[in-house]
Amino acid sequence: MTRPGEPMSDARRAAPDDAFFWDAAADDRLVIQRCADCGRLRHPPAPMCGHCGSLSWDTAPSAGRGRITSWMYSLHPNRPDDEPRIVILVQLDEGVRLVSNLVDPPDDGPYDERPVVVEFRDDRGTRTPFFRVDDGVPS
Amino acid sequence: MTGAIVAGIGATEFSKDSGRSTMQLAAEASRAAIVDAGLTPADIDGVVTFTVDGNDELQLMRNLGVEQITWWSRTPGGGVGACATVQHAVAAVTSGQADAVLVYRAFNERSQYRFGQPHTRPMGAVPLDWYHTFGIDTPAKMYALWFRRYMHAYGATNEDFGRYTVSARRYAATNPKAWFHDRPITLEDHQASRWIVEPVLRLYDCCQESDGAVALVVTRAERSGDVDQPVAILAAADAHQRDASITANYYHDDLATYPEAAACARLLFARAGLSPADVDVAEIYENFSPLVFLVLEAYGFCGPGEAPAFIADGNLDPGGALPTNTHGGLLGEAYIHGINSIQEGVRQVRGAAVNQVPTVERVLVSSLNSGLVLGRV
Repeated sequence: MTRPGEPMSDARRAAPDDAFFWDAAADDRLVIQRCADCGRLRHPPAPMCGHCGSLSWDTAPSAGRGRITSWMYSLHPNRPDDEPRIVILVQLDEGVRLVSNLVDPPDDGPYDERPVVVEFRDDRGTRTPFFRVDDGVPS
Repeated sequence: MTGAIVAGIGATEFSKDSGRSTMQLAAEASRAAIVDAGLTPADIDGVVTFTVDGNDELQLMRNLGVEQITWWSRTPGGGVGACATVQHAVAAVTSGQADAVLVYRAFNERSQYRFGQPHTRPMGAVPLDWYHTFGIDTPAKMYALWFRRYMHAYGATNEDFGRYTVSARRYAATNPKAWFHDRPITLEDHQASRWIVEPVLRLYDCCQESDGAVALVVTRAERSGDVDQPVAILAAADAHQRDASITANYYHDDLATYPEAAACARLLFARAGLSPADVDVAEIYENFSPLVFLVLEAYGFCGPGEAPAFIADGNLDPGGALPTNTHGGLLGEAYIHGINSIQEGVRQVRGAAVNQVPTVERVLVSSLNSGLVLGRV
């Protein structure tokens, strides 16, 4: 049992439908669940393909690039003393959407439709995929 | 016509600290609704509430003196299911599973469990750790990430949202039961209120946190003659679609729309044999002001992206084409999880609302994915 506001990495690793994502993240890899039969990608993960009914799945590597579909500032997220975050909804180039945070913003926004690239960082004990604005310069 | 009516309505006062148990609130509102219907507790044989309601049906029966129930059900999704409770009740009475169904919702949502406070852990059955871990820990944040896309798609601004709030607070100002009775605001007041979720929601875009209870009694239309002020349930509908989520509705193709509300609207209008032009008054669930914009467009009261102009033109105001949230809405009256908006719809049809709209034939009540059309018997 995690304390309120503490990392939930153990819980995530224990969730049978989700563990693969965080296991890959621990190796700085962004992966997307893929139906092994019809090949469709899906996120958030789910045990059954809603298109063909298959229970077989593997993962596809994501290049970690996409655009910001939506965003907002989260003040004191999870705990009163936590630093603000910029929450983003990323449309990955592979076609699925993912919620994350924008790190090291180059300006004060607005951030709609900005190109972004994944950047893995440690967050409260869990290797986590964040995104920064994609300026074409390797980090 | 569904073949069912709302026979009675009842409520407690709406406050920030009721000072009594939620069971007492449920019992007070329920008894008031039964009395208002001209029935006795012995006439009630069905109950419907929200899955998230904390009051046990059997304990409520014991308080009220209801002898036996043959139908009970609950609707999932919080406010998403507010109007669906009536849909359940309609199904029960028109199928003969019950004769008179009590619908109730009671909570101390300000003095005890506050929805708006940051959650310290993921909540509910959805895998919220895809969101909570990135800082989405309140309903305001959950919804703002959806609403922001609407702003981007159509150039809508927070000031546009403020014009809705000003309208709602105007109605609340003349509603003695409203928390914000006699406290209207200007657009300047709205713009001066603090950001809750920048750049989407300010304080005055957010519904209240309230203590209170509302109850309804639904029975068969054939019993209209036994009821003082019957209101016909012309249609009831509920619609949920693939890739939807109650708390993280981020996966539909076009996030600047509200597909579930549009689907519910199609069902309602088809079942009632009506079109948007036939609606005299609308009571629209608004946990946050931008939801009204998405719902107005989903129901076809205006076109995509047109809600800011539709509202700025005064259509929702007294004397407008579509007086909306005539009790002050969940922003202005109270947040009783949307059931108070059904109560207001009943009052408008009865001609008994404090902000009564002249010659009301039909009222739309929308609560996110579910909805009702109420009308004269």
